[in-house]
Amino acid sequence: MLAIRGITQVFGGLTALDDVTFTINRNDITGVIGPNGAGKTTLFNIISGIYTPTAGTISLDDRNITRLPPEKLATRGMVRTFQNIELFGQMTVLENVMVGLHTKSRCGIVSCAFKFPWQISEERRIRDSAQVWLQFCGIEELAGTTAANLPFGKGRLLEIARALAQEPQIIFMDEPAAGLNGRETLELALLIRKIRDRGITVVLVEHDMELVMDVCDRILVLNLGRKLAEGTPREIQENPAVIAAYLGEG
Amino acid sequence: MKREPVKYALLVAVALLAPLYFSGGYLMNVLVFVGINTLLVVALNLLLGFAGQISLGHAGFFGLGAYISAILTATHQVNPWLVMLIAALAVSALAFLIGFPVLKLKGHYLAMATLGLGIIIYIFFNEAVDITGGPSGFSGVPNLSIGALVFDDDVKNYYLVWSFTLVVILLAVNLSRSRIGRALRAIHDSEVAARVMGVNVRLLKVQIFALSAFISALAGSLYAHVMTFVAPASFGFHFSVELVTMVIIGGLGSVYGSLLGAALLTLLPEMLRAFQDYDIIIYGLILILATMFMPGGLVRGIPAVLAAILPKKQERG
Ligand SMILES: Nc1ncnc2c1ncn2[C@@H]1O[C@H](COP(=O)(O)OP(=O)(O)O)[C@@H](O)[C@H]1O
Ligand SMILES: [Mg+2]
Repeated sequence: MLAIRGITQVFGGLTALDDVTFTINRNDITGVIGPNGAGKTTLFNIISGIYTPTAGTISLDDRNITRLPPEKLATRGMVRTFQNIELFGQMTVLENVMVGLHTKSRCGIVSCAFKFPWQISEERRIRDSAQVWLQFCGIEELAGTTAANLPFGKGRLLEIARALAQEPQIIFMDEPAAGLNGRETLELALLIRKIRDRGITVVLVEHDMELVMDVCDRILVLNLGRKLAEGTPREIQENPAVIAAYLGEG
Repeated sequence: MKREPVKYALLVAVALLAPLYFSGGYLMNVLVFVGINTLLVVALNLLLGFAGQISLGHAGFFGLGAYISAILTATHQVNPWLVMLIAALAVSALAFLIGFPVLKLKGHYLAMATLGLGIIIYIFFNEAVDITGGPSGFSGVPNLSIGALVFDDDVKNYYLVWSFTLVVILLAVNLSRSRIGRALRAIHDSEVAARVMGVNVRLLKVQIFALSAFISALAGSLYAHVMTFVAPASFGFHFSVELVTMVIIGGLGSVYGSLLGAALLTLLPEMLRAFQDYDIIIYGLILILATMFMPGGLVRGIPAVLAAILPKKQERG
């Protein structure tokens, strides 16, 4: 579904990614793991159109999307969450998810200012589906809370709800379990499976090995910007290079 | 949910009835300018309060509207209503074109660029003497009229200006509570997340800049016809700063706050006249105190103050 070919990213003198090639299969849950600084977030930034890679291509269903900006990728069904939560802090939880429906609605400045009838019905539809996605992520009772006041774990869930509202075909999550407690992590694992069961392809960067090995179908291991290994969780656990890298890290 | 129409209906009622109390007095004239300034502050708030993009050049857009109306109606006798529309469209087209390079800038750089834009426009008003009349200004602008009704006194001008102000307030409130308003606030909070959600941030910023310039130019045209005279001094850098102050004092991102900010900062200098030489100091002090104690602006500060002062009814029961 998503083919990453020869991706290289150089920041000044630092090669954050070096010739990474990898394929993500439709409807898989794919994990991207590796020590801090391995280049995982950089890879997500490139795939989601925030950075343009120094070299290499990304294609979605055989269409080249390497240079498309994030707002274009959104219309093609690609969405992501952020390692350092990027919520719309001054808006309510519900409004955050309503922004997630931006690509699913049309009204422009004029129809919104004059509140034309079709704008009113569209607005109602946006509100209703936002509510549904809040329920899906189990945070509907927080709808009226200002996003900046959310506890950390709920903020992560809101990021996911907002992303899902776009009804993407593929969602990238950057460390969704970071900062969550044990119970929240278990609930997250359930949610990730639920997302996949809706036919959405999931890619996640994660440090929590238990979670990764538990939910992922396939795993990509990065180390110092290079692809160290790829395979099923079992293959990865038995891969000598991976064991060496992780043991070497201490 | 139902609070919004009530709030707006109250505002309309107060605006319609105000002349009953103030007509004939000097305040009537000031209230005309409260209306014009409210238009400008709402316009700037769409950009600054919602999208989080500063402009220190809005006095320039205001001035362009005023001069285009003044010149085309006084020297070329074009229909003033038509000119008003043309001026607003032309100024917003200009803002749209300038917006693409300028709104790429952020923070201080954006402030500097829009400041520069305002200054260039101001210099043009001063130096293009043949067209604008230069520093001494441009007089003989006709009053607006509808058939036999000529808007030539304070009360008529009040109703003229405030019909525009009330309509613009309503449209701005609608906009703020729509997907466009949410997209603007999203840009303010996290540009990158807004883009990932599919908001074309670059285009939307430019569109809102153009809309803001449109409303500012409209205010300028009204100003020219109300005053029947325009001069560069009204459109200088310091007025741009005053508009930013009104937005902040009123409440960033609040349409009704814009009205409060414009009203306070327009009425205050008039009321402080009695203090003569000290007025500017008292004015400054009030601004400092307001920003210190009402960081969210009047629109959030006044209810908080009222809640603190008024006795709480629930406590007894
Ligand atoms: N925008 C940037 N400019 C310069 N260096 C960067 C930038 N983004 C990431 N890096 C560097 O690239 C390397 C990989 O970072 P990152 O992708 O965030 O790692 P990970 O997410 O795997 O922990 C790090 O050394 C980091 O400092
Ligand atoms: Mg990272």
